[in-house]
Amino acid sequence: MTPLSATLLEPETTQQDVADEPSGSVCGVLAEFSGPKELLRAAEMVRDAGYTKTDAFSPFPIHGMDDALGIKSTILPVIVLVVGLTGCAGGLLMQWWMNAVDYPFLISGKPLFSLPANIPVTFEIIVLTSAFTAFLGMLGLNGLPKPANPLFEQERFRGVTDNKFFMYVAADDPKYDGQEVVELFHRAGATWVDDVPNSTSPSRLPGAIKMALLVLFAIALVPPLMIYRARHTTSEAPRFDFFPDMDAQRYRSAQQSSDLFADGRAMRPQVAGTIAVGDFHENDAFFLGYIPGEDDEAPADEPAPADAAAPAAGAPAANEPDYVTEFPVEVTESLMQRGQLKFNIYCAPCHGLAGQGDGLVSLRAIELQQPTWVPPTNLTSPPVVAQPVGKIYDTITNGRRKMSGYAAQIPPEDRWAIVLYVRALQKSQHASLEEIPEDKAAVLKNQK
Amino acid sequence: MATALAAPVDTTIEDPTRRPPLVTGDHDYQSITDTIHSISEHKTPRAWYIAFAVSSTATVTFFLLIGYLIYQGVGVWGNNNPVFWGWPIVNFVFWVGIGHAGTLISAILFLFRQNWRTSVNRFAEAMTIFAVVCAGIFPGIHVGRVWFAYWLAPYPATRLDMWPNFRSPLLWDVFAVSTYATVSLLFWYMGMIPDLATFRDRSKSKIKQFVYGVFALGWNGSARHWHRYEKAYMLLAALATPLVLSVHTVVSFDFAVAQLPGWHATIFPPYFVAGAVFSGFAMVITLMVPARKWFGLKDLVTLRHLENMCKVILATGSMVGFAYAIEFFIAWYGGNPYEGFAFINRAFGPYAWAYWTMVSCNVIAPQFFWIKKVRTTPWMMFIICIFVNIGMWFERFVITVTSLSRDFLPSSWAYFKPTPIDMAMFACSFGLFFTLFLLFCRYLPIVAMAEVKSVMPVPESEAKNDAQA
Repeated sequence: MTPLSATLLEPETTQQDVADEPSGSVCGVLAEFSGPKELLRAAEMVRDAGYTKTDAFSPFPIHGMDDALGIKSTILPVIVLVVGLTGCAGGLLMQWWMNAVDYPFLISGKPLFSLPANIPVTFEIIVLTSAFTAFLGMLGLNGLPKPANPLFEQERFRGVTDNKFFMYVAADDPKYDGQEVVELFHRAGATWVDDVPNSTSPSRLPGAIKMALLVLFAIALVPPLMIYRARHTTSEAPRFDFFPDMDAQRYRSAQQSSDLFADGRAMRPQVAGTIAVGDFHENDAFFLGYIPGEDDEAPADEPAPADAAAPAAGAPAANEPDYVTEFPVEVTESLMQRGQLKFNIYCAPCHGLAGQGDGLVSLRAIELQQPTWVPPTNLTSPPVVAQPVGKIYDTITNGRRKMSGYAAQIPPEDRWAIVLYVRALQKSQHASLEEIPEDKAAVLKNQK
Repeated sequence: MATALAAPVDTTIEDPTRRPPLVTGDHDYQSITDTIHSISEHKTPRAWYIAFAVSSTATVTFFLLIGYLIYQGVGVWGNNNPVFWGWPIVNFVFWVGIGHAGTLISAILFLFRQNWRTSVNRFAEAMTIFAVVCAGIFPGIHVGRVWFAYWLAPYPATRLDMWPNFRSPLLWDVFAVSTYATVSLLFWYMGMIPDLATFRDRSKSKIKQFVYGVFALGWNGSARHWHRYEKAYMLLAALATPLVLSVHTVVSFDFAVAQLPGWHATIFPPYFVAGAVFSGFAMVITLMVPARKWFGLKDLVTLRHLENMCKVILATGSMVGFAYAIEFFIAWYGGNPYEGFAFINRAFGPYAWAYWTMVSCNVIAPQFFWIKKVRTTPWMMFIICIFVNIGMWFERFVITVTSLSRDFLPSSWAYFKPTPIDMAMFACSFGLFFTLFLLFCRYLPIVAMAEVKSVMPVPESEAKNDAQA
């Protein structure tokens, strides 16, 4: 029977006859003993004779063999302790960095990092790293895996994992002398003694296995490289979904057709004679800024001439609706301040903080000579001053010329606040001294 | 078997001054090897093929059902609005619990120098690993979008570069169960290396020599290797001991950290650990009683081994019963009306049938182990352990489903009904478990030979027969 290593690597190799080999190719002397006690005694004798490159082989660990052979205690527990402590620190550091630094998780106002909540995972990491260290450290210190071993080529040695007990002295022991060792073993009560020849199986991996490993490695590289390529290139083709998740759903999108309804539309119109919740606007003056007449439609549909700098001053045009001229809300100091706030948010970027049409967006567009840019209206110019408050409100709601409506962004109350503030801005440009209260006028005079 | 005629020895004596032998019969080292190796060396028995055909069919069905679940979505289960966890989590906790006996036997009994563990530890560890495999599948497929299960790993998931939340008990669970599975596997494999070497050296076929040889890693029984091996084994045992206690503790945190009445209880960690050991040992006996008969292991797994395990079941079963009582006491003593309701509802509500099944199987059944006749008669302990297995599944059902189905808001209450898919999945998970187990019994050393040999009395006079010039 060929030993494992030879079976693997070179099937035609057969066992060599040991006795005829020259002593140069002998790697040691192997002796068999009948039981654990005999082996223990032999180990003590070999140790006392001064040999150090020795080993005992048994199917199970024998109590007292460490002393008998003079085996020094292994460093493995220290390695495991160091790695375990590193795992502890690493685990804590990982959780702190991931949850408190790189992506802060704020949950119910709890601290981003607290020891008790992070103990379980830390504990598991300690155990995991320590267990791997104990296992791999054991293998590493033992020099395993080691598929080829001269001892395996001894047919008799195969019993060591069953019921046989062996003692071995290596030829590279400083005190080694083949004959003396054999005699020592006989004195110790060996039932069989023989030289162990050096392994005849090649110590290198055969080329075929090397090639196979290389090919396997190359194949293993393909998926990560494909992923890398997919993530770092762009493609015209639509995304390929292994799992479409909720990308494709059965509901119909807006404007799509549907067989479900007689009109073939997926979108349903409002039911006639009903008003959606929150859409009931009874007070036209407040919500529209004008009182709709019999045949009026919303004035936003009115086509505005593109080149008009500002609406014509003076009397309202014939087709204009009946704009509100008085504020439909109570005018207060807080409404004014709210108007200022909202004006500065929504209007000032184009119209300027003073409403003179010189906002930063406009200045920038003019500087870049944008051909389609229509400069915003100077809100303090006479045509706008002449407009009723309802018309300004309507402008904010539905937009004018290039300006889009702000109904979606600004609720009606705030739109009236902005109108009020626009009126104040206009006053600030055109007010006469008489219009200013006595006390404020005195302050202003002093400033000059 | 050479040992069939050995005189029967009473290994179940109670006298602490006399130590019964751990291995009975006229065994020597070689006959131990023969006994174990012959199980995998002999021609495969027909019964094995039949059992394997059944269990592997169930396994394939299991994976088909998982495929159907992934294709169709979690709606194929009976999980409903308040009972989001349902059977998948019940099955998960059930299987994880079973997986506790193996490492407990290997690690804790090793540290306590309980030498009787050597005959049963390999078997129990294998059972642990296969149970954890079954356990790991259920939460994995319960996440809904299985293809994103890797987000559980510390990986900056999605385009948000977002890490997992390390303060979530569900994430602790991921770490605990995966660490437990890995360390149990390491422990099991490392313990098996010397025995794999035995199989390598005794196998006749080249393929077996090669495969066992690869996994034996060149083990040659060197005393220097044994020295480090024993140290590493001791270290692994010392690491696995807190680990085995932590796993079900963390599983119980999944429940106990939630605010739900019936879950939110500090008794959960010890109560879950005791229940896990209880169910694990019951499963070991359920498997061991037939296995020792079929595989001729009666000399290695003696009545004393079984009796010891019955005693563990009795102790942990009583702890579990005590925990049930304490839960009710605290529900009353704590004065929380929601918790009080949860427990009254548990025992007398719509799931009373499940609760009382649980109590009779888990609290009453193991009490029969006070009788020595019961704990030394294999078929009796087998029947009791079947009851315990059933009872422990119902315990997880009761905890998970009764608490969820009636929570704080009565308008959202709903009764949980499993679908046939639920039932088929649970049944077929046994197929996976037994498939792995049958493969283990057929191809791997089912008893730790090297360890058994080391606890045998040292033969004084065998030298004469073995001597060869």
